[in-house]
Amino acid sequence: MTAIQTTSDAGAALPQQRTDYLPVLLPVILALVAIPLVGSFSTWTTLTLAGLAMGMMIFAMASGLTLVFGLMDVMNFGHGAFVAVGAYVAVVVFAPMAALMQSDQLASNLMALLPAMILAMIVTGVAGYAFERLLVRPVYGQHLKQILITMGGLIVIEQLLYASFGPQMNPLPLPAALRGSIPLGGAAVEKYRLLAVVVGLIVFAALQFTLTRTKLGLLIRAGVENGEMVEALGYRIRRLFVGVFMAGSALAGLGGLMWALYREQAHASIGGEMTVTTFIVIIIGGLGSVGGCFIGSILLALLANYAGFLAPKLALVSNIALMVAILLWRPRGLYPVTSR
Amino acid sequence: MNDALLTLSGVHTHIGRYHILHGVDLVAPKGRTTMLLGRNGAGKTTTLRTIMGLWPASQGAIHLEGAAIDKASTPDIACAGVAYVPETMAIFSDLTVKENLVLAARNGAPDEKRLDWIFGFFPALKKFWLSRAGTLSGGQKQMLSIARAIVEERKLLLIDEPTKGLAPAIVSALIECLKEIARSGATILLVEQNFRVAQEVGDLVHVMDSGRIVHSGAMADLAADESLQTRLLGLSLDSNQ
Repeated sequence: MTAIQTTSDAGAALPQQRTDYLPVLLPVILALVAIPLVGSFSTWTTLTLAGLAMGMMIFAMASGLTLVFGLMDVMNFGHGAFVAVGAYVAVVVFAPMAALMQSDQLASNLMALLPAMILAMIVTGVAGYAFERLLVRPVYGQHLKQILITMGGLIVIEQLLYASFGPQMNPLPLPAALRGSIPLGGAAVEKYRLLAVVVGLIVFAALQFTLTRTKLGLLIRAGVENGEMVEALGYRIRRLFVGVFMAGSALAGLGGLMWALYREQAHASIGGEMTVTTFIVIIIGGLGSVGGCFIGSILLALLANYAGFLAPKLALVSNIALMVAILLWRPRGLYPVTSR
Repeated sequence: MNDALLTLSGVHTHIGRYHILHGVDLVAPKGRTTMLLGRNGAGKTTTLRTIMGLWPASQGAIHLEGAAIDKASTPDIACAGVAYVPETMAIFSDLTVKENLVLAARNGAPDEKRLDWIFGFFPALKKFWLSRAGTLSGGQKQMLSIARAIVEERKLLLIDEPTKGLAPAIVSALIECLKEIARSGATILLVEQNFRVAQEVGDLVHVMDSGRIVHSGAMADLAADESLQTRLLGLSLDSNQ
């Protein structure tokens, strides 16, 4: 038998692909640059932790969208609908659990919060299944139609929420034990923001574990790169599509619940308001990249917080400015994984 | 033919409004290496993709061991025992060599003995087992693409121009590897532009032109008939040795 000997077999090492740490360092660099600009260390700490919490919630909302686009090449402008549905699940679930929510005991609060989170994910996951089946499936491969029909889906779901819950803002008070802040070196760190950071990190770790340590994750990553070849290996990528769409919708629902609690109110327009933000984040991160989406979310939120403090008018355009700057530097985003 | 593993009868394929295959009739016998030759644009790649279900046949029948597969989905065709090595190799560059092969092994983890057999002729894959496939050289990517198709025993291997763009020394070794795979009992349908490869590897040959099979027979007969080569392929054996 003849073995194929290539240059590399003869002892030369492969050209090692360097791990690209620069995007990971960007949030750190941004935070360090902000210290002298903000002036007060305690204010900087507060802004930074608030930015991290906001970034985690945006990540939860956007992570599903990046996988849906990367794997399925679907431009889902209706993703925000699941954010809104998640927020309203919180309204519905918390209403009969007012006693648990108003308790000063964190355990009691969590007994209301955890079922609400799980239910929000289940409801939005099922809604995602229906959305994919009814609206997205007929327009696979047709981007213009995808944009139109998914935006239409967003409007329909928003109007259904208005019809069901009324046009008013629905108050969503924070659980009693998560109100207020913890003093940290002169800074005040809101308790709820710490919870948001923890939830965001759990979502990120779970996604990373699934994508890198499981065969399902391998299939998703392979499918993002070349769905046709995954099918040629014998796997039904359509089922994978549906699963990822449902998971993405469920994460949006979780993010919507967290975001509504953060704002202490739920409104049907909450999803539509977040649509542009989530798209900016997945473009910054690189379409299909969960890691890029994570870093993009943190970058965007930190910049919005610092800009809001230093130059409030600039905060209005900080998202767009960040996206332009990143795309000028890396036209395919921080960690591109698709060739689209 | 009784020992036919794969049979195409009057297969037509349309891609959009283009009519690419015009009634392809082809047989690939079990345990043999069948070459599919032809000029650029003759329809060779389309034939493989149609067999694989990636471009569905608009007319005609495709049978694998007597079972119709022309209406089956690509995953079903793969699960029926057909492995595909595309011209583009289509390795998953973001995944490691190991992960590429783990994905290709549908029935659990790759078998250690089979891996050792593969490493016997593709030692680079063992050496770079945990390297990202995107960092491999062109030849190594081709090895990985072929290894992915044979990591589990399959009934039929569809291989599309495996030597394209490879250095002559690697092509020579690849010929031996293809022979070794054929000796293991595999049935291969191989598209190849390099006539020397076709001559050394092929048992049978089908020549395509303008979406039709224009010649079928033994590879040795075509290799021995220079005028036939010139007429069918527009080449002479001398110029391709």
